[in-house]
Amino acid sequence: MGIRVKVEDVSMSFGVVHALKGVSIEINDGEVVGLVGENGAGKSTLLKVLSGTNLPDSGHFVLNGKKEKFASVADATRAGISMVYQEQSLLPNISVAENILLGIEGEAIKFGTYSPRKVRKVAAEYLKRVNLDIDPRTRTEDLSFGTRQMIEVAKALAVAEFSGKPPVVLLDEPTSVLERKEIKVLFDVVRSIKKRTSVVFISHRLEEVLEISDRVYVMRDGEVVSEVKPNEVSVEELFALMVGRDLTQSYFREELTNVPESSNRLEVKNLSGDGFKDVTFNVKKGEIVSFLGLQDSGRENVARVIFGALPDKSGEVFLDGERYRVKNTTHAVKCGIGYIPSERKTDGVVLAMSVAENLTMSHPDKVTTLRLFNKGKMNRVVSSWIDRLGIKTPGGGTPIRSLSGGNQQKVVLAKWLMDENLRLLILDTPTRGLDVGAKTEIYAILRDLAAKGISILFLADALEEGIFMSHRVFTMKDGKISAEFLSSPGARPERTDVVERML
Amino acid sequence: MTNSGKLASIKAVASRGNLPIPALLSLLIVSAFTATRSPEFLTFDNFVQISDQASVTIILVCGLTFVILMGSIDLSVQGVMASASMTTALLVGNDRNQNNWGYWSIPAGMVVGALIGLIAGLAVTRLRIPSFLVTMATWNIGLGLAYVLFGNTSQPSVKDEGMLALGLDTFLGFSKATWIALAVVLFCMWLQTRTKFGRYAYVIGGSEEIAKLSGINVKRFRALSLILSGALSGLAGSVIVAKSGIGAVQAGEGQLFLGIAAVVIGGTLLSGGRGGILHSVVGVYIMITISVAMILLDVSDFYQQIVQGSVVLLVVSSTAWRQRRPLRTVV
Repeated sequence: MGIRVKVEDVSMSFGVVHALKGVSIEINDGEVVGLVGENGAGKSTLLKVLSGTNLPDSGHFVLNGKKEKFASVADATRAGISMVYQEQSLLPNISVAENILLGIEGEAIKFGTYSPRKVRKVAAEYLKRVNLDIDPRTRTEDLSFGTRQMIEVAKALAVAEFSGKPPVVLLDEPTSVLERKEIKVLFDVVRSIKKRTSVVFISHRLEEVLEISDRVYVMRDGEVVSEVKPNEVSVEELFALMVGRDLTQSYFREELTNVPESSNRLEVKNLSGDGFKDVTFNVKKGEIVSFLGLQDSGRENVARVIFGALPDKSGEVFLDGERYRVKNTTHAVKCGIGYIPSERKTDGVVLAMSVAENLTMSHPDKVTTLRLFNKGKMNRVVSSWIDRLGIKTPGGGTPIRSLSGGNQQKVVLAKWLMDENLRLLILDTPTRGLDVGAKTEIYAILRDLAAKGISILFLADALEEGIFMSHRVFTMKDGKISAEFLSSPGARPERTDVVERML
Repeated sequence: MTNSGKLASIKAVASRGNLPIPALLSLLIVSAFTATRSPEFLTFDNFVQISDQASVTIILVCGLTFVILMGSIDLSVQGVMASASMTTALLVGNDRNQNNWGYWSIPAGMVVGALIGLIAGLAVTRLRIPSFLVTMATWNIGLGLAYVLFGNTSQPSVKDEGMLALGLDTFLGFSKATWIALAVVLFCMWLQTRTKFGRYAYVIGGSEEIAKLSGINVKRFRALSLILSGALSGLAGSVIVAKSGIGAVQAGEGQLFLGIAAVVIGGTLLSGGRGGILHSVVGVYIMITISVAMILLDVSDFYQQIVQGSVVLLVVSSTAWRQRRPLRTVV
């Protein structure tokens, strides 16, 4: 068994963030290589480098004993490497066959005329390879999500094989969106294509990685920290390798911890929605409640439903004892609920606008006189928030895109804090992608808000954060709440106990 | 094949979106309603009449459909028709000059249209100006060209017998214009299903990014669609010359609304990627049937526009209804 691709000393940074620091891995012929790590460890970046989407700052590949660099996706596909994207790249409006052979029709297009029959025939072969028994003429949008994911694999195979070399297929969290049954099918496919194909596989579900991989690389903070054989480690050991660092209590500003009041601010009873079912919990006044769960646990959708960004299916929600109907986001804001989405750059801030405009967006009434915009008032309000949260910006008129991630996030926080009737703040991974210093500052702000009686529903980005920041921890798994833990300084739940209920 | 088997395969074809089922149903409803009120509606003569009236619009929507499938728009239709109409009328035997190109004056009109389409195509793809703005400009260029050709003299009248016969004669009961429209439809159906241009129109309209990532030359196909649309609008303008016997700057009046309305009612999305030639043809039939029905039912001309406009509004809002969403959802 020879080495198919060797990655040597690859480094890459986005601005000041070092996403990859001198990473080297090997992918052998017919091997399934697992890649694990926490959010931001660099797994996806590494796959994007391999697929030619990201161009590394330094380092190179070795293919057939030759040093090479990829300048584009086309270079990677010429080398037989192809990626199955996390967000699907199939066109819903054309047939399965056309999708599989898009851009690589080969013989099927001659002098601009298109032979649907030939496209169908070739596509049918690839569908067979991934054990799919469907008519290649089917419109792609008529198929289930799981089936489409399998078609992505077929497409990746077709693209990689078009190079004439043994294919390397990269799977970036393919299972996060699949049902258990579909995962089994995917694994069967991976096992059956493996004879001629190398596969690189990323998943948050460690037991899956251990099940399917021949070898696993563990990544942390942009580096490969270890290489293990699946039969030599347990899920818990793998997790420990992944998390690694031991964080001190000062990082989470535990000295600022408050005691929540006894009355309920938010009560959720048997709430069901897309991706979750029968969720019941409460948040007291001034309490920080964190939700932990893997990507498909349903916690994001619980948060979105409460904010009215997604429709609910059934159940009841009470706010300060009064029935609160999930309607839309405008209603939620009126009721004193704030929401900070996880995609800061696309959903959290309007990058093209200034700090001041972003800050006053949700509550323009704070900077108007008789419904007319008042510039002096806006300047006063904005600069008072810049001072209070320590936002590092030359001024309110500065475009928000020029601020660092942490300062952008503070602006998003201020946007909600401006509402003196704010009762509940829902935060979806607010510290994702921030550096350590910025995280600590955000933690301090959250503790301060809780002390002022605001309730916080906190979807933590990392395990420690969820455990150490909260008064109570809920874990979710497969759309249901799987456990509840009390958490206070000195009496935090055990990491392994929490992980057990998440996996 | 068993009955249920047949049904399943019909369903499969329908689900692939090759057939404009909702549009056909609407056409059926409009027709059925009119038929109950007016016995003249369900006659062969009336069908011939409607088809003849629809022919010009059908010719131009065939080109327009490809432009819209790719997510662009072509507003220049009426300007192109005006200049093509003047070109054809001045090249065929007429009362203004000594030209006598005969039928060749028709392709000449198409070439003028294709050139205006080429200008639009280059501006959209090379200068990256939205097609909405570019074709608004080429609309006026076309109109201006028509006025220049018109000059300060009289409207050119066609003298060529063959050309006049083309506009008046029938073949197997249908007007020659109807047969030209049918030929255009068949050609464009072939383009849509059997050529790279046609298939990639759906890909580009579905996602330009995926198309580019798959190595598709998006610019080339987008420019081609505008050239085709220009050429077919030119043909439509020339056919009007044959039908009316004169070259006129106003040749295309009302065709832009009719064309875009037909494409949308047929089920082709303005955002691109969905629909097709057949959809648009059914759309044209719906629009024309409504106006014919209103004449048969003795409704005043003024109400026709209100009704046609309302139909468009109704159809567009019913398709948009399904696509609204409060916030982007995480997959």
